[in-house]
Amino acid sequence: MIELQHLSKRYGVGSKLAPVQALDDLCLSVPEGSLYGLLGPNGAGKTTALRILCTLLTPDAGSVTVAGVNGLTEPRAVRRLIGYVAQEVAIDKILSGRELLELQADLYHLAAADRNRRIVEMIELLGMEEWIDRRCGTYSGGMRRRLDLAAGLLHRPRLLVLDEPTVGLDIESRAAIWKVLQQLRDQGTTVLLSSHYLEEVDALADRLAIIEAGRVIAEGTPEALKDALGGDRVTLRVREFSDAAEAALVQALLQDCPGVRQVVVNRSQGYSLNLVVQDGGVIERLRQQLAAAELSVFALAQSRPSLDDVYLQATGRTLMDAELSVAGLRDPKVERKQSMR
Amino acid sequence: MTSANPSLGPLRGVSEGPSAFAEIRQETLALTRRLFVQLARRPSTLVAGVLQPLIWLVLFGALFAKAPEGLLPGGGSYGRFLGAGVIVFTAFSAALNAGLPLMFDREFGFLNRLLVAPLRSRSSIVLASVLYITSLSLVQSLAIMVTAALLGYGWPGAAGLLVVLVTLLLLVFAVTALSLGLAFALPGHIELIAVIFVANLPLLFASTALAPISFMPTWLGWLAALNPLTFAIEPIRAAYGGPFHLSTVVLNAPYGDLTAATCLGILAALAVGLFLAIRPLLDRKLT
Repeated sequence: MIELQHLSKRYGVGSKLAPVQALDDLCLSVPEGSLYGLLGPNGAGKTTALRILCTLLTPDAGSVTVAGVNGLTEPRAVRRLIGYVAQEVAIDKILSGRELLELQADLYHLAAADRNRRIVEMIELLGMEEWIDRRCGTYSGGMRRRLDLAAGLLHRPRLLVLDEPTVGLDIESRAAIWKVLQQLRDQGTTVLLSSHYLEEVDALADRLAIIEAGRVIAEGTPEALKDALGGDRVTLRVREFSDAAEAALVQALLQDCPGVRQVVVNRSQGYSLNLVVQDGGVIERLRQQLAAAELSVFALAQSRPSLDDVYLQATGRTLMDAELSVAGLRDPKVERKQSMR
Repeated sequence: MTSANPSLGPLRGVSEGPSAFAEIRQETLALTRRLFVQLARRPSTLVAGVLQPLIWLVLFGALFAKAPEGLLPGGGSYGRFLGAGVIVFTAFSAALNAGLPLMFDREFGFLNRLLVAPLRSRSSIVLASVLYITSLSLVQSLAIMVTAALLGYGWPGAAGLLVVLVTLLLLVFAVTALSLGLAFALPGHIELIAVIFVANLPLLFASTALAPISFMPTWLGWLAALNPLTFAIEPIRAAYGGPFHLSTVVLNAPYGDLTAATCLGILAALAVGLFLAIRPLLDRKLT
């Protein structure tokens, strides 16, 4: 359904600030009818990739194909195929939700009868009856996002693109949106969403791509990606708050234990130990080793690998750490200017 | 929400919709309607746009009511003289604001919503602004004309009314083009408002709206004789003055006499020239 080939994009070329390489030879292929997740920390290039896909931005290099249509030479044909739900919801505060949907329908050239029927359907689908005739300025974040989703679906697009659809939403709105996305996929719409929430992508996506620094570093179904890592994850604490010396001691003790592949000291979690083990049977051996060394066990948790582990394996840091490292580096004002026409 | 909802299926097959003209009309009307709904719910711009020239008309009219005889060529009352100036100023101020809604759409990202839609022509966005601001400025000018008539400052005849309308349209098109160009060239609404604020009054004073060229120092007379507002004011003033011919000389500029037809020609050239000048900018920003 979507083929993005070798996309590159730099921002701020020729300006006073250092240019930012938002996309660096990004390739992505989204099968028709799938619910596809783009996972990555803020600043990885997800939004840029989606804006290029939706014809809002022109890449410096690369190609965009949607359902066989070249997005760079036939942008209008691609726009008809896509429903786009942007990250920052731009709605007209003075219009009512219904008026905004009417405007949207006219921009997509729906016939009058079709238009009104679709609007009624969307109001029902997203539970907007109560407030759809109030002005958009009075809406909560969840209401706005639902309205924006309705606007994106009005013309029955074959491809729905959502940029961080559930950021900052209450649980109820999030669940409502998840449910609609799953229904859409089941009825044949291809859905592409970006997220920096691991659990969102894990729960929703049939396939996903992990994006880091403007390129795809891992791609596949969530299960395949996790299985490829192999082994189980074990988090161990010998005391609630340990210290470096004790952690190093335990690390040395367990490192050579058969079946243990890796032992990492996690300083930010009270010097707990993160282990990668071959299988669940290793746990008993760990307990015996610790007992023999007269160390108690405060907590011991075992789990299958998560998407966070996939991310960690691919980038050498957790998604949370990646988020924190860019938190101070981005300037929303500058980015807003860059995205302005 | 039901689990199997037929309304969720995508639309297959590209149905080539109605004709290009019908699509452009649909999208342009929808965008224009939005601007009018905004205006109806926030009428302050409309009110201010009528109130400001009204204050000019009443206060300036009163201020110079006892102006010495012979101040004005032809010797009419000052109120009658001022009327044409204030009518033009009203249309001018309204048109100068044409770019503001577009600038806000740029800043708040609403423009992106329009740009991801498969608009048949992105000129629809510009066209909607032109339609909106033209009707708005004509309504405001009409309000001022009626007020001036009630104050006893006269009313043009049928032919005169046509001249007033054509003149205002040409001026509004030119100024709208300028404002829309600024809305895309400037970085934000603060800058746009600053330009509007700075341009407004000097252009008024350096025109023949408040006083004739014969009353001005030479340098100001030159400025006024080059000011586009003057080319709009003088034909309207002539139309208010009585029987009217396009070949009537309406402006005694330092560089020569200009007929009404020349004034209108200059305004038309200005409007066309400005739209051609901002076109590359619009093309770049809207594609």
